[in-house]
Amino acid sequence: MNLPADLSYTASHEWVRREPDGSLSVGITDHAQAQLGDLVYVELPKPGRRVKAGEAVAVVESVKAASDVYAPVAGEVLASNDALAGAPEGVNEDAYAAWLFRLRPADAGELAGLLDAAGYRATIGEA
Amino acid sequence: MTRQTPLNRLHRDRGARMVDFGGWDMPLHYGSQIEEHHAVRRDAGMFDVSHMRVVDVRGASARGFLRAALANDVGKLKARGRALYSCMLDGDGHVLDDLIVYFVDDGFFRVVVNAATAGRDLAWLRTLAAARAPGVSIAERDDLAIIAVQGPNARAKTWAALPGTQAATAPLEPFAAAAVGERFVARTGYTGEDGFEIVTPAAGAAGDWTALEAAGVRPCGLGARDTLRLEAGMNLYGQDMDESVDPYAAGLGWTVDLSGERDFVGREALARAPRDRQLVGLLLDGGAGVLRAHQAVHTARGAGEVTSGTFSPTLARSIALARVPAGVGVGDTVDVDVRGKRLPARVVKPPFVRRGKVLVAP
Repeated sequence: MNLPADLSYTASHEWVRREPDGSLSVGITDHAQAQLGDLVYVELPKPGRRVKAGEAVAVVESVKAASDVYAPVAGEVLASNDALAGAPEGVNEDAYAAWLFRLRPADAGELAGLLDAAGYRATIGEA
Repeated sequence: MTRQTPLNRLHRDRGARMVDFGGWDMPLHYGSQIEEHHAVRRDAGMFDVSHMRVVDVRGASARGFLRAALANDVGKLKARGRALYSCMLDGDGHVLDDLIVYFVDDGFFRVVVNAATAGRDLAWLRTLAAARAPGVSIAERDDLAIIAVQGPNARAKTWAALPGTQAATAPLEPFAAAAVGERFVARTGYTGEDGFEIVTPAAGAAGDWTALEAAGVRPCGLGARDTLRLEAGMNLYGQDMDESVDPYAAGLGWTVDLSGERDFVGREALARAPRDRQLVGLLLDGGAGVLRAHQAVHTARGAGEVTSGTFSPTLARSIALARVPAGVGVGDTVDVDVRGKRLPARVVKPPFVRRGKVLVAP
């Protein structure tokens, strides 16, 4: 199971990377992309949208099923990775390079509530 | 406890993602469903479809029995080896199952039915036989496996992999079969491509599979099988039709043979069928979303529903089969509720893709 130690995670299978400017990049985990199978469609949020923690912000769809992607913390959407709209398979190829959207967190303190790699590993039942 | 085909170990050793399909532990894909799909359209792929049930119907009155049991007319099967696609209906004219029946020899027909419905089909056929044709025997062949080899190069690769099959099967026309030693090889399939469905004794199935893979046939899972059949405009039982609809509402009116006076189960009810619904193809704009079963369809003639929807790897956009009111025509635009949005879709006549060629206008 590929779970980079420098990322934070959610129980709903998002990964979160803290960028140097204080913003957060968000994607879905390698485990999530493997469960979904080949991705064929992504729907991404518009910059400027204000979201609550746990709010459905993006959609990833595989040949098999659609799945919501949730905001890990409250904040404002700064950007979305529009390159993925034409090439959603990028998420399958490298889930941690294929960020879906960037957030400016409303309260950086909320990040403490996210899981680390070991915590996420435990939620998906991997030893 | 799910059931396993004779090839289960091979799938697991190869790292297939396994799923429960109709009570069977089956491979969904071996890594990439989309690559498997393309392998079948462009070269050759194979599917373990041993969960489907072979039912052998034997007896001097086997033909007459099947003419009464099925909505298509087995009487059309004149030459040995010929195959016929048919619905089996209940007394209300509703679809109990769809199946293929092969005329093997005088007094011997081979029927292949769906996995999830096999138990019910057998009980139904036996009850029917007891009442109408007591001399007919109905045998479930769970000692057999089925490997579907599909794609433009499927036949050539099968011949390379399984010595002795070429002479008997090269002359086969589409929808015909021949016995080759212990194997029964049919030029049929569920992908829209050329190829064979090979019925083989369970004990020899792993050997056949391994030889086919060595000859360059790519193992493919049920995921690719579903996108291929949907592109080919073929129905899936339990999704596009079931015991709540008649063949006319499922795009299968062409398989109902009403010529002559043949008395088959469901005929009387079909004569009263309103024929007020039809099955059509839907094409969504690329990048708009993905059509899925049970999404609501809004048409100028009233409401309908998507029965099967997916992303088409060949067209790189979403396609679907949908049940809509009669009168909705090819070329019409309808609206589909896709995850909270109402998206326009164009009505087309399936199939979307056959023999590697796109058949719907972009």
